[in-house]
Amino acid sequence: MNEPSKIVKTIASIIFPFITVYGLYIIVHGHLTPGGGFQGGAITASGIVLLLVAFGSAEIAKKIKESHLSILESIGALSFISLALLGLSATFFYNFLAGSNFIFGRIPPFGSNPGDMNTGGVLPLMNISVGLKVIAGLSAMVLALALFARLKRGRKGVRKK
Amino acid sequence: MNMSYVLLHAPALLIAIPLFAAFLTPIIDRFSKRVRNIFVLAVLIIEEILMIIFAWDVFTNGIHVYTMGAPNPTSTVPLQSAVPVRIVLEVDGMSAFMGLISTTVSLAAGFYSIAFVRKETGQGKFYTLLLLMLVGMLGMEFTGDMFNLFVFFEILSIASAALVAYRSYYGDAVEGAFKYLIISSIAGSIVLFAIAILYGQYGVLNIAALAKAMKSTTLDMIALVLLISAFAMKCGSVPMHFWIPDSYTVAPASITAMLVVASQASLYALFRICFSLYGNTSYVATSGAILILFGLLSMFIGVTMAIPQKDIKRLMSYHAISQTGYMLLGVGAGLYLLGNPDFSTHGMAAMEGGIFHIFNHALYKGLLFLTAGAIFYKTKTRNLNEIRGLAHSMKFTTIFFLIGAFSIAGLPPFNGFASKLLIYESVYHVNPILSIIAMLVSILTLASFMKVFHSAFMGPPMKDVEKGDVPKSMLFGMMVLTAGIILFSIIPGWVVGHIVHPAAQSLANQSAYIRAVMGD
Amino acid sequence: MIYNIPYMASAILVIVGLYAVLFKRNLIKIAIGITVLESGVNLFLITLGYRENAVAPIYTNLPEGTSIPEGMTLPVPQALTLTSIVIGVAVLALILSFAVKIYQHYGTLDSREVRRLRE
Repeated sequence: MNEPSKIVKTIASIIFPFITVYGLYIIVHGHLTPGGGFQGGAITASGIVLLLVAFGSAEIAKKIKESHLSILESIGALSFISLALLGLSATFFYNFLAGSNFIFGRIPPFGSNPGDMNTGGVLPLMNISVGLKVIAGLSAMVLALALFARLKRGRKGVRKK
Repeated sequence: MNMSYVLLHAPALLIAIPLFAAFLTPIIDRFSKRVRNIFVLAVLIIEEILMIIFAWDVFTNGIHVYTMGAPNPTSTVPLQSAVPVRIVLEVDGMSAFMGLISTTVSLAAGFYSIAFVRKETGQGKFYTLLLLMLVGMLGMEFTGDMFNLFVFFEILSIASAALVAYRSYYGDAVEGAFKYLIISSIAGSIVLFAIAILYGQYGVLNIAALAKAMKSTTLDMIALVLLISAFAMKCGSVPMHFWIPDSYTVAPASITAMLVVASQASLYALFRICFSLYGNTSYVATSGAILILFGLLSMFIGVTMAIPQKDIKRLMSYHAISQTGYMLLGVGAGLYLLGNPDFSTHGMAAMEGGIFHIFNHALYKGLLFLTAGAIFYKTKTRNLNEIRGLAHSMKFTTIFFLIGAFSIAGLPPFNGFASKLLIYESVYHVNPILSIIAMLVSILTLASFMKVFHSAFMGPPMKDVEKGDVPKSMLFGMMVLTAGIILFSIIPGWVVGHIVHPAAQSLANQSAYIRAVMGD
Repeated sequence: MIYNIPYMASAILVIVGLYAVLFKRNLIKIAIGITVLESGVNLFLITLGYRENAVAPIYTNLPEGTSIPEGMTLPVPQALTLTSIVIGVAVLALILSFAVKIYQHYGTLDSREVRRLRE
């Protein structure tokens, strides 16, 4: 298999930060514009897939290890469930930040308006957790499938019953 | 943090605790394997204790509702609207019953897996997926919302498919998992299509609100047909049973025990839809007749295809299909008689028999699969032509297998007899032929298991098998299920009166189900 | 009549997906059939929320000048469709990794050759 050319590698390295910023923008503004955790996470993961395609799976596997991605994914899921459990003073998943004086606590204005990012309560934080989990999960998935293709096919590794 | 607070929030806690623990397991796994094992077992034990306390409260005090995200758990319908707007968990007697089954078998499977998968790679992910299977089962059993049912259904099927393929160095394990995932995903799409039809007509997704607004149009009948076929596809009744032997055989033994309970969760969803969602329409008698027909076919075809099998787990999975037929027959007869004045005697007895059989089946079929796994652990083969004479060295496993085999055949002191007797007696009044076929299938089941016992455990011992029984944690897992079987065998009357009867009562009582969410 | 075209498209997608799952032998084509089936059901789900001459459900109230009945399309089917798409991605990833493993074991992707589990 030929190495991808220098043009592809350079352009991929230049474009990757823009894709990441765009994906993170969609994650964080999920409570105002269309988007949210999964959509933004999928965009950022596609940036990582671009790097994988441009540089080859051997080089990327040296930089991004599967165990780190697993820890990141667990952190995303644990923060999501912790935010849900923190509302347990009323019920599970109660939005305890909306209307209070903490980080995302303003009430959104009525009618059509340009949008205020400081609203939403627990929703932007949950969007960020889900976005983190989706980035880690989708990148690990594509990395694993790419590494699979390097193993030789055939009878190797088949155990008799 | 007193008991009433815990009981108030128990439906959400029972789902949240294994979910949290499932994602904490890979982090703990990086540090130490012993701590991870102890952590998983502790979570499963806490779940079991909490479920027993909660189920006792539901059986004595009635339906518990839990609205997720509301200022107060019981405020299901907000002041400005006429329908529930949030996801409502609604736990009645039948849900608590199925929850008890799920946590008990998960506890036994957890203990068993500590020794069974000790030499495999990727164990952190195994326990994560095991806990996610438990979350999926409990979510399906506790929810009161149709789309939430779909989401937990898919969580359960994806986690189970990944676990069926766990020993991926065997080629047929991956093939069985592929078939399982294709069937599950088609069933999920059909369920979503039916939910979309119901939502498009009525605009609500809550089961109680849909039941109140149901008008029995043609589109509702189409949705009922789609839902019955999708859930019957997932629980392994006969026209769509082809995936069960393939995937039950190749999974690790503790996962097969949990797959049995996963199929029963789909059976619960089928009953919930037929009784609580469509209970007031004119389709009740026809759907009851269809369930009785599926039950008969499953019983008969399951046991006749089990007799020539040579692989021990494949034989047991055909028997699982056959026993599912008993449950469908019992509860289908109850559904068939739902409007009749006959219902309160024969219909209720048939439903109690079918529902009691669900718990018994989970216990003894789980135990049989765990003993088959123990045989595989010792002799590295599942072929009945090669195994013989194991009673000499594996004494405990032999006793557990005998208890399981006598229970499944319906022999008198064991719990299989109690539930089968209830089914025989009550189904006789619907049509005598059903009862005769049920008894015939029971005799064939006994014959099949006697063949297995004779060829696997009797005879001269095998040559290159080490002496001594399987490791202690596997024996402990089997002991949990055996304790359940013996407990149910000694006091069947108490169990039917205090555990099964509230479950059957709450399944048939659609108006109480609606009133708990919608008010009066 | 024009508002019925998405429903017809959804029915066509479901039929094509079911045909691919039932009658094709290559494992990758079966996976594609599952995806097309799920896309058909998602299209059906999101078409249910459409209302004529309505705006997107983003603000808490309608902009000035629009009328109250049928002012916004329904937001709930959009959330349901998003959840279904995520589930579809997870299922597709798992099916494809099973297909890669089967190819590694048996050297072929023909579903007739890999049927080792028979009666």
